[in-house]
Parts: sequence; structure tokens; C-alpha cells
Amino acid sequence: METKQILETIQMISEEKLDIRTITMGISLFDCIDSDGSKARQKIYDKLTTSAKDLVKVANQIEAEYGVPIVNKRISVTPISMVAAACHDDNYVAYAQTMEKAAETLGVDLIGGFSALVQKGEQSGDQKLIDSIPQALSETKRVCGSVNVGSTRAGINMDAVKQMGRVIKELAAIDPVSCMSLVVFANAVEDNPFMAGAFHGVGEADKVINVGISGPGVVKRALEKVSGAPIDKVSETIKKTAFKVTRMGQFVGNVAAKALNVPFGIVDLSLAPTPNQGDSVAEILEEIGLQSVGAPGTTAALALLNDAVKKGGVMACEHVGGLSGAFIPVSEDSGMIKAVEYGNLNLEKLEAMTAVCSVGLDMIAIPGDTPAETISGMIADEAAIGVINNKTTAVRVIPAAGKQVGDQIDFGGIFGYAPVMPVNPNSPAKFVNRGGRIPAPIHSFKN
Amino acid sequence: MKAVITVIGHDQVGIVATVSQQLAELQVNITDISQTLMHGEFTMMLMGEWDENNVKFNVVQQSLTALGQRVGLDIHIQRQELFDAIQKL
Repeated sequence: METKQILETIQMISEEKLDIRTITMGISLFDCIDSDGSKARQKIYDKLTTSAKDLVKVANQIEAEYGVPIVNKRISVTPISMVAAACHDDNYVAYAQTMEKAAETLGVDLIGGFSALVQKGEQSGDQKLIDSIPQALSETKRVCGSVNVGSTRAGINMDAVKQMGRVIKELAAIDPVSCMSLVVFANAVEDNPFMAGAFHGVGEADKVINVGISGPGVVKRALEKVSGAPIDKVSETIKKTAFKVTRMGQFVGNVAAKALNVPFGIVDLSLAPTPNQGDSVAEILEEIGLQSVGAPGTTAALALLNDAVKKGGVMACEHVGGLSGAFIPVSEDSGMIKAVEYGNLNLEKLEAMTAVCSVGLDMIAIPGDTPAETISGMIADEAAIGVINNKTTAVRVIPAAGKQVGDQIDFGGIFGYAPVMPVNPNSPAKFVNRGGRIPAPIHSFKN
Repeated sequence: MKAVITVIGHDQVGIVATVSQQLAELQVNITDISQTLMHGEFTMMLMGEWDENNVKFNVVQQSLTALGQRVGLDIHIQRQELFDAIQKL
């Protein structure tokens, strides 16, 4: 191998912050179902702590031997609303506590799957789970939850949309920071390794290893070398870089899967930023030629980036899955934070951007007094973009209790901090309170 | 076992000798060696090969890290497969 290639690889890791964002082990809990809740939870604890007992050890070993940072080790489980439905418990907080305890024992960073899929309606387990979310997520540190409220095939469950606006407000009233552990989806995917939205889908194997890659810094550095070149060259450069980044994900996933004796699932081809300087999707867009993210042209530049990442990544690995696209979480991206602080990026532009990338209004702080119906309106808008365009969209907003526009809320570590953003003050309450379902969209006449 | 060893630091007398002597003691065969300046720093790359049944990876790694600390150099070792995965089709 050429010296140049070795140096480039080392530079990608050490200077451009290329890393594996997460190795996530998906574990099915269907075989833990029991009509006695405490028995079910014991089975869940036992299965999790047995199945994933070597996850952290193997990840640390890969990190040491290959010199690739693996930022998070995570677990996703079958949506708890399904697993717990057979038991007679009134709420499912104890299930979240069991997940927390297992995650703590294993030393994993996060565990996802305190989830419900209610795009068309709610079974009794879904209702209990959604009602349990505020207490469950505020009393645990590692547990993540998600609720899918719409899909292209089913339409949008507006009763659930209404409910989730209220749940987010309730959770924020207890602890606003806990809201980062809750995401509301449309077209949720079953093999997503990223949090807070990871759950182990019903069509998945008993256990699986999924990998989420990172690497915005690598893409930005590569683009610096083609400054001023035509946009075709930008696309080609992103493709080539995405290829290399994804190869690393594929390789690490395979090594981990083999060591853990668990099938390898997918690589999630996402550009996942962190608040560290030089690890920002916003900075890529600015390198492409925008004075600031949020400027006219932002949606087009993001569409180009998102598409080129997929084109480059698809050939680099055997199976692509998860969310696969550029993430634009505000608090986790130093460039996004800066753009919001300078007034260059607003919610409306972010919403437009979510139509062409993964995943949605993510890690956005809004004033603490934002009404529940307004949050439901935001969820409905995002769900509509996902449902109509046949893509995953999501809302992870944080109503910052007692805070107003201009204040900020700190999440810590790779989750960063978010400036509180202004929300359109007009009320969608009458629309939201109608309830019912928005019918599934027509799949022809695509204008 | 094949690994890429990188040595980065201020240029000084005897870097090649010090590192290669340590590798010889560990029974690591050097199959390729090159050096260059990266951002003004001396950078040496070695391809090493050894039998993992005799010497474990972490033994080589710890030994090289300790050597690096003693002589003021940054020495990293990574298994070669990663480089092949990223750079080769």
C-alpha cells in the first residue's frame, strides 16, 4: 500500500475526526413476553445482559487494535409497547427501569426501544407506553423512546400527533433535557442504529449488529481541495469520500459481528455531526459556497450532499439501512448553533431542509411556554413531509422550561447545546384538536 | 498478523534504530519502511508482520507506546486490514 494512502487514512481519523459513531446491537424481546410483568422484566434483563455481555469489550478491542474511535456502544430492543402489552401493568415505567439497569450493567451508552408504532391506531400497550413516557424517560438516563405517528401507507394518526405534543410538554415540565431521549417519527425504520430513534423492528433477526458512521470533517476537508470547482466535482468528491468512510463502517461492523457471533445487519450511511469544531454538516454546506447555512441555496446544497453521500456509500458496503443521510441536529452541530445564534437559520428553513435529508427537526430548543398544540402542529408538518415524500422524518424538540428566545439549554457531551429558537406564534389548536387520521396519500400524480 | 506502525515526532538521531530494535525484540518482522515530513514533523511508517500465537497485539502495542513515551515520540500501531478496507476496492 502506498504511503500516501496510509497517511490519508491516519489523517482522516486523527485530524478530521472520522469515527464510528455507534455500534448498536439490536435484540428481539419477543421471547421475553409474559402476562406477569415482573417475570417479563426479569427475562428482558437476563436476555439483554447475556446477549450483549461482550459488546463493550469487543468495541473497545476494535478501537485499540484498529485505531478507530467508536464513540458509542448501544442497544436497541423490540418496541416495548408490543413486549409489555400481554402483561396487566397499568404503566410501563418499570420496563424502562429494567432497560436502564441492563444498560448500566453492560456499560453501554444508550438503549433504545421504549417505543410504540401507532401510525394507524393504538393497541392497549401503545396507550400505556405513551402515557408512561414522561416518567420513564425522566427517571432514566440511558433509555431512549420513540413513537411512530405516520407512514406513507397508513397516513398520519392525528390523535397520536395531538397526544405527543402533550407528552413532550409533560416530559419537559419534569426535565427539559430528557426531551432529547424522545423522538416522534413518520416512516420510522426498523434497523436504525442512531438514537433516540433506534428500536429493533419486528422483521429483524433475534440479534443483529448495525453500525452508524460519522465523518462530516472528512467530507469538509476533501471539499476544501476542490474550492471553486464546478458542482459536479463537488458531488464526485463527496461520493469518493463517502465511499471511504462507509468502507470503514462496513469493516468495523463485520469485525464486531464476527467477534460477537451475531449477524451483521446494515451500515447507516449518515453524516452525523458533533459539536466539535470541524465535525459539522453546516460547515460542509458553507464550504460548498453558502455564506452561512440558512442562506438561499441551503436546501439545494443539502440535497446534493445527501444524495452524493448515498451514492458513494451504497457501493462501499453490502447492506445499507437505517436513516442514511445527512443529519442536521441543531445542538450537535457547531455550525448550526452559530447560524441560529446569528439569526441566519430559522425553523422554517430547517423544515424545508428536512424535505431533502435525514431526518427532521432534530435537537431544537423552543421556548418553554410553547403550547402543546403548537408542538403537535410541528410534528404534523414534519410527518406530512415524510409521508408524502416517502421518507423518514422526525421531530425531537426541547421546550426549554422557563427559557425564552435567545437563552440556551445545555445537553452535555456530544449532544451539545441549543439556542432557544422562535416559533410562529399562530395557533394550530383547532386543527390539532380535530383528531382523527390524515388519509394515506395517493401514489401517483406526484406534483 | 500485519500492522501499520506510525512514528511521529521531532527528528532526532537514532529513531529508526530505536524503533526497529524494539520490534526485533518483539519478533516483529519489518516488511516495508518509509519516512516523510507531515506538517513539519518527522513521520515514519513501518509495515510489521509477526505470529500472533507468539506475541499478542496488545503486548506489541503496549511495548511501543512505552517506548514512545521514553524517547518522546508518538508511536501508533493499527492492524493493517483497516487500511485495506478503506483504500482498496
